[in-house]
Amino acid sequence: MAGCGDNSERTVTVSAASSLTDAFTEIGEAFSEQNPDVTIRFNFAGSSTLAEQINAGAPVDVFAAASPTAMQRAVDARSVDTPLPFATNSLAIAVPLQNPAGISGLEDLSDPSVTLVVCDAPVPCGAAAAELFAKNDLTIEPASLEPDVRAVLTKIIVDEADAGIVYRTDLNAAVGDVKGIQISDDINVVDEYLIAVTSDANPDGSRFVEFVTSDDGQRILRSWGFMRP
Amino acid sequence: MTTAQRSVGKASAKAPAIVMVFALIAVAFLFIPLIGLLLETPWAQLPALLTSTTATEALRLSIVTSLLAAAVATILGVPLAWVLARKEFTGQRFVRAIVLLPLVLPPVVGGVTLLTAFGRRGLVGQYLYDWFGIQLPFSTAGVVMAEAFVAMPFLVITVEGALRNIDTRYEQVARTLGASPRTVLFRVTLPMISASLVAGIVLAWARALGEFGATITFAGNFPGVTQTLPLAVYSTLEVSRDEAIALSLVLLAVSLTVLVSLRGRFLGSRT
Amino acid sequence: MSVTARVVTHIGDFGIDAQIEARPGETVALLGPNGAGKSTVLKAIAGLVPIEDGCIRIDSTPVDEPASGTFIPPEHRRVGMVFQDYLLFPHMTVQQNIAFGRKSLKMPAGKFNDDDTWVHALDLTDLLDRKPEQISGGQAQRVALARALATNPRALLLDEPLAALDAATKQSVRGELRHFLQRFEHGSLLVTHDPLDALVLADRIVVLEDGRVTQVGPTAEVASQPRTDYLAALLGVTLHRGVAADGVIACESGGTLIASTSVTGDVITVIRPQAISLHTHKPEGSARNVWQTTVTTVEAHHDQMRVTLTGPPQLTAAVTPAAVAELGIAPGQQLWARLKATDITVHPA
Repeated sequence: MAGCGDNSERTVTVSAASSLTDAFTEIGEAFSEQNPDVTIRFNFAGSSTLAEQINAGAPVDVFAAASPTAMQRAVDARSVDTPLPFATNSLAIAVPLQNPAGISGLEDLSDPSVTLVVCDAPVPCGAAAAELFAKNDLTIEPASLEPDVRAVLTKIIVDEADAGIVYRTDLNAAVGDVKGIQISDDINVVDEYLIAVTSDANPDGSRFVEFVTSDDGQRILRSWGFMRP
Repeated sequence: MTTAQRSVGKASAKAPAIVMVFALIAVAFLFIPLIGLLLETPWAQLPALLTSTTATEALRLSIVTSLLAAAVATILGVPLAWVLARKEFTGQRFVRAIVLLPLVLPPVVGGVTLLTAFGRRGLVGQYLYDWFGIQLPFSTAGVVMAEAFVAMPFLVITVEGALRNIDTRYEQVARTLGASPRTVLFRVTLPMISASLVAGIVLAWARALGEFGATITFAGNFPGVTQTLPLAVYSTLEVSRDEAIALSLVLLAVSLTVLVSLRGRFLGSRT
Repeated sequence: MSVTARVVTHIGDFGIDAQIEARPGETVALLGPNGAGKSTVLKAIAGLVPIEDGCIRIDSTPVDEPASGTFIPPEHRRVGMVFQDYLLFPHMTVQQNIAFGRKSLKMPAGKFNDDDTWVHALDLTDLLDRKPEQISGGQAQRVALARALATNPRALLLDEPLAALDAATKQSVRGELRHFLQRFEHGSLLVTHDPLDALVLADRIVVLEDGRVTQVGPTAEVASQPRTDYLAALLGVTLHRGVAADGVIACESGGTLIASTSVTGDVITVIRPQAISLHTHKPEGSARNVWQTTVTTVEAHHDQMRVTLTGPPQLTAAVTPAAVAELGIAPGQQLWARLKATDITVHPA
C-alpha cells in the first residue's frame, strides 16, 4: 500500500479497523477538503492483522485499532507513538432481512440449530464477542470465525448465516441489507478504539490524528453510531 | 575458415551463459523465501507448537479434505477429460474454457461463485437446504467442494493431454478382440495413461492442499470442521507469528515429501 | 467361417464401392495402391468403421446393413484382426496380450478356446513373460496372430501383416504365414500393397484401385493376366490395350505388335521386360517383332537395368548391367529391339 506519488504530493497512509470503514472514509473526505494538498490512503482490515503488518514494517503513518489489545501489540513492538482513545463501540446482532431463524435476543444464539458467525478470536470484534458471551453466561458454538467484521456482515447479507455478532456501527453501515437486533448496554461490552501515529510517520499523520479527535471528526464518528471515548 | 569456426563456437557458448544467469535468478527467487522461512523458524518451540490442538486438527482436516477432493476431482474429471479428448461436439471449446476457468479465476471469486450456486440461498443449495436441511457452507463437505473446484482443472488438463497423445488404434484393437467400451477403458486406455493419470491426481491433490481463498469464502473458518492448514496459518498470523511459521513448515514438509517422491515424473512424459 | 461384404462408404470426398468375399479355408488378398481404400474395407468388416450402404455378412449373418439399420459392434463380431504395426498392448506381457480377448469375452478355457494351442502352434512359449518392447518384429507378428486367434474367431483379417518387417525377416515370416493360412479353416482376408505377399499367401486376389474393384480372380490368373496399368506395373510387366485381328494387334497408344494368338477384338497384351532383347544392329532370326527405337531412360531396378524405349508402342526392356556396359546403352541412343511373338501374352479385354 506504499504510495508512489512524487515528492510534491503529501500522502498519509492510514491502517484502520474494518469497522471504521464508512466513518473513516467520510473523515478522510472531510480532512482532504480542509487540507487539499494532502491525500489520505486507507487500509481496512482486522486490527490484529494490521498490527502485524505495521510491526513487520509496513509503510503506514496512522494506526486506528478497535481494541486496546490490538494497539498494545504495536506499542510493545515500538511501532507506534502514544495512542489516544477516540471512540467506543458496542456489539449488536445482525440477522438476514427475513430473519429466518427468528432471532429476538442474545439467548436465542445459544440454540445449536442457529448458524452463527463471529470474528476470529484475535480480532477485536471476536474477542469482544467472546467477552460478551462469557459476561452473559452463554455457551456458544459459532459455525465460522471470520477474519474481520465485514466478512461476518457479508455472510449475513447473502443469507448464508442466521446471525452474526457485529458492532452497532456496522448495523448503520449495512442498513437495508441486514436487520439489526440491539443488545442493551447493561449486558453489552464496550470496545475502546485507539489511534496512534507510527514511529516513522510523516508530520501529516499527526494532523490526521488531530482531526479525528477534533469536533469535526467526532461529529462524523457520532453520526455513524460510535460513542464518545 | 578458422575464424568462422571460432565465432560459431563462441555464439553457441554465449547462449547457455545467459540462460544460466536467468536460471540461477529463478532458483534464487524460489529458494530465498524458503530459506527465510527456515531461518525464522522457532526450532526450540517447534515440538510444542506442532502438537497443539490447532496444529493437529488443521493437519488432520487438511489431509482428509485434500485426499477426498482429489478423489472427487478424479472421479468427475477423468470422464470429463475422456469426453473432451474423444468426442466431438458443438461448443466443445466453450466447455473446455469453462472447465479450465478455476485455473485463472482468483480463488476467492471461485468461493463466491460456489456460494451463489450452493449456498443455502443458492441456485442448487436452496433445495438442499429447504428439502434436506443440508448446508454446505460451514461444513467439511463444503471444504472438499471448494478444494475439488480449484483442483479438478489440473486433473482434466493432464488426463485430456495424455488421452490425446496415445494411439487410439490400441483401443480399436481391443474392440476387435471382444472388449466392450467399458473394458477398453479400464484395461487398455487408463493403464496406458497411468503415469499421466497419477501425475494429474497428485497435482490436483497438491492444489487442494494449498487452497485458501475458495475455502474461507465458501466453507468458512472453524477449527476441526473447516479450518484447514492454510486457514490456520492465516488465523494464527493474527496472533502468533511463531505458530504461523511452524504451521507453514508443516504444509511445506508434506507437500515437498510428495513432490520429491514423484521424482519429476509428472513433467509431461509420454504415456 | 466366411465373409461376404459389399462396402459402400466415403472418407471425405473419396468414395469406396467394393464387393469382397472370403470363403471358409480361403485366403483372399486385397491388393491395391496406397490410398485405394483397402484398410477402410477391412476396418468396415471388423466393425471399426460403419458403412453407408451395402451389406457385410459374417457366416450369412448381417453385421452391418444400413438399409435395415443393423449394426453389430466390433466386440460382438468374433472377427480376429491383425494390425499393420501389430499394436501389442505395451503395458502387458506377451501372455497377457494373447489372453486379452479370451478375458474380455469371459470365455472359459476349452478345447478350441485354449490360447495355449496358439502359443505352441506359433512357437511363442519362450516369449510369454516378455513385454512387447523386448521381442523382435517377426515374433511380434506371431504374437499378434496368436492374440487374434485365441478368441476362436470366425474369420481372420490381416492389415499389411508384413509391412512392419525388414526385408530379411519378411521372407521367412511370409513363408511361415503361408503355412499357417493354408491350414486355417476359416476365411481370411489380407490387405497388402506388396504383390509378393498376395502371390505367396493368397488363393484369390481382389484388386482395389481408387475405391473400386478392378480385377478379381485366382492368384495365378490375376498374376499372369493383369487388366490394369497399376497391376501390370506392380507385377513388373508392361500392358497395352489394342484391337487384335489375325495375330496383329493395333495398340491404342499407337504402333503394332505381332503375337501368336487367335484372340480377336479388344485385347490386353502383357509383355515381360526380360523378353525384349536389345542390339546395336538389326538382329537376324525369326522373331516377328523387330524394330528400331531410341532409348529414353536407363534405371537400376533390383539387380537389373530397366531401359525404356520410345514407341510406339512404348516398351520397357530389362537387361543386365553388363549388357548396358557392353552396348553402351544411354539415353538418346538408337538401338534395335527384338521381341518374339510367343513372348506376348494376349487376353481378351
